Amino acid sequence: MAKRIYGIFDDEEALMHAIPHLKEKGVVCKDVQSPFPIHGIEALIGTPRTRISIASFLFGLTGTSFALWMTWYMMIHDWPINIGGKPNMMFYMNLPAFIPVTFELTVFCAAHGMAITFLLRSKLLPGVTAPIPHPRITDDKFVLHVDVKDESKVNDVAALIKSEGASDVLFKSMQFS
Amino acid sequence: MSGNHEAVVRDPLILGKKTYHQMTEDICRPIEGKANKWWWISFVIAFIAMIWGVTCLSYTIGNGIGTWGANKTVGWAWDITNFVWWIGIGHAGTLISAVLLLFRQRWRMSINRSAEAMTIFAVVCAGLFPLFHTGRPWLDYWMLPLANQFGSLWVNFNSPLLWDVFAISTYFSVSLVFWYLGLLPDLATVRDRCIDPTKRFIYGIISFGWKGTARDWHRFEEVSLVLAGLSTPLVLSVHTIVSFDFATSVVPGWHTTIFPPYFVAGAIFSGFAMVLTLMIIARKVLGLQEYITMQHIELMNKIIILTGSIVGIAYITEFFIAWYSGNMYESYAFQNRAFGPYWWAYWSMMTCNVITPQLFWFKKIRTSIMATFVISIFVNIGMWFERFVIIVTSLHRDYLPSSWTMYSPTFIEVGIFVGTIGLFFVLFLTFSRLFPIIALAELKSILKKTGNQYKKKGIL
Repeated sequence: MAKRIYGIFDDEEALMHAIPHLKEKGVVCKDVQSPFPIHGIEALIGTPRTRISIASFLFGLTGTSFALWMTWYMMIHDWPINIGGKPNMMFYMNLPAFIPVTFELTVFCAAHGMAITFLLRSKLLPGVTAPIPHPRITDDKFVLHVDVKDESKVNDVAALIKSEGASDVLFKSMQFS
Repeated sequence: MSGNHEAVVRDPLILGKKTYHQMTEDICRPIEGKANKWWWISFVIAFIAMIWGVTCLSYTIGNGIGTWGANKTVGWAWDITNFVWWIGIGHAGTLISAVLLLFRQRWRMSINRSAEAMTIFAVVCAGLFPLFHTGRPWLDYWMLPLANQFGSLWVNFNSPLLWDVFAISTYFSVSLVFWYLGLLPDLATVRDRCIDPTKRFIYGIISFGWKGTARDWHRFEEVSLVLAGLSTPLVLSVHTIVSFDFATSVVPGWHTTIFPPYFVAGAIFSGFAMVLTLMIIARKVLGLQEYITMQHIELMNKIIILTGSIVGIAYITEFFIAWYSGNMYESYAFQNRAFGPYWWAYWSMMTCNVITPQLFWFKKIRTSIMATFVISIFVNIGMWFERFVIIVTSLHRDYLPSSWTMYSPTFIEVGIFVGTIGLFFVLFLTFSRLFPIIALAELKSILKKTGNQYKKKGIL
């Protein structure tokens, strides 16, 4: 059994200040929950840079390819029609008229693909219960998650977090895998 | 964290003495309290208008579009005017949330949520017109590139009308996702404040279990940035494609290359006017004057001067080119616009769109709430007339003089238009009671940079 400690802070600047000090003393800062994005916190707690923009680019590329294939298949290959004498013998001749639809489908796939990836990766779906250690973390409290493996040191770590500016400290037992 | 504080010479964007908790209280108050008398009065009026619109629309479905005043010569009339007007209004929301995000304009944060909601509701209203203009709305799925049983016939990808189908549906769905992702943290705030377990359950479902960890926020910000980057060309493309509906035809007055930038500027112009109309009322009724300040109104008025002037120059350029090109059909079309039977529509447009926004050059006028409200209404009317002038005056004198005719709307058409205004306000009023109308989490992140009391600390 190990313990997770939640350090409750009233101010994001105090929290930002406390994390490097705690890390120096060997405290493992796992995560932070906050009511708004705190810039620079990812570097402090060691969150890797997200690759979601790369995912978006790939989704966009899929959209472009699909649109190009679709217009080629429908307008050039399957059922070519002479519309106002516009050249439709070859795909590249008719391509300028297909650009708007290609652009729209690229944006459509890039935006929705990325949004869905974000929701799945962050486990945000209707019906998911949010783990809320303190009722005001979506209002004005900032919560630092700290894991302590050695149970005998829990009170020391808690006191340390308090001395670094936390207004309160909460405990939760948890099983380490 | 000294880098957190903005230069003191900039005016604060959040007035009063606010803490994070006070901001939560202020912005959640309209959701948690009871609706006041003014909310109910406006809701009932809007609802009656909507019901009237539904009645007229049902009559149209039952009897066909022969119930409208549109005829063989003026085939696009009141309905397409309304379609372009509503789509244009929607553009301000995306502009505020996407373009101003890329330009790092912090003042957008107080208004982007409601402007985006306005975008979505305006696109809903806009979409109704072309869907019902087809005459057989139950066959509207024919507009999609579906494998079908009518021979291997596909939709025509050379047609700007089909581009519109793709542009509008992409615009609607991407705006909806952008808006809803931004809502998640604020819905979680409402959820965590709910006392009633039923409400808590519902807000729990619609907030998707938002927990606000550092990793979530990191991804959230990246997603917002990339969505803004995608929405910026999207919003420009949507009105460009709407203008292609006209510009790729051979009708005099429509067949011009100036149309895409001219339409996009006009769309932003009318959109900001509608944002101002709504915000001036909402900040008063919901008591949000400390978040939507005079500075916000003034900045929006400055955008109205810019886009209004672009639109004015476009009108003059069109006129000049019609003469300079030496094309007799083109010059006739423009003479007919200004001095023909619809001269009153043209001059209403010129007065409302070119002259009234220029009044905002005076600081006294652009910092007066009453003047801003009146001018924003003028711009809304003027932009409606712009689309009416472009569509009806160009069509009613076409290449074949024997088919020249006049157009006037029937009460059914007017009823549908009034109905969409009712629908728009029903949706907006409902939104203002169920969702936080200011992007709370985002605004909290700039409180220390631009809050009034933090600015004062900086001076001391």
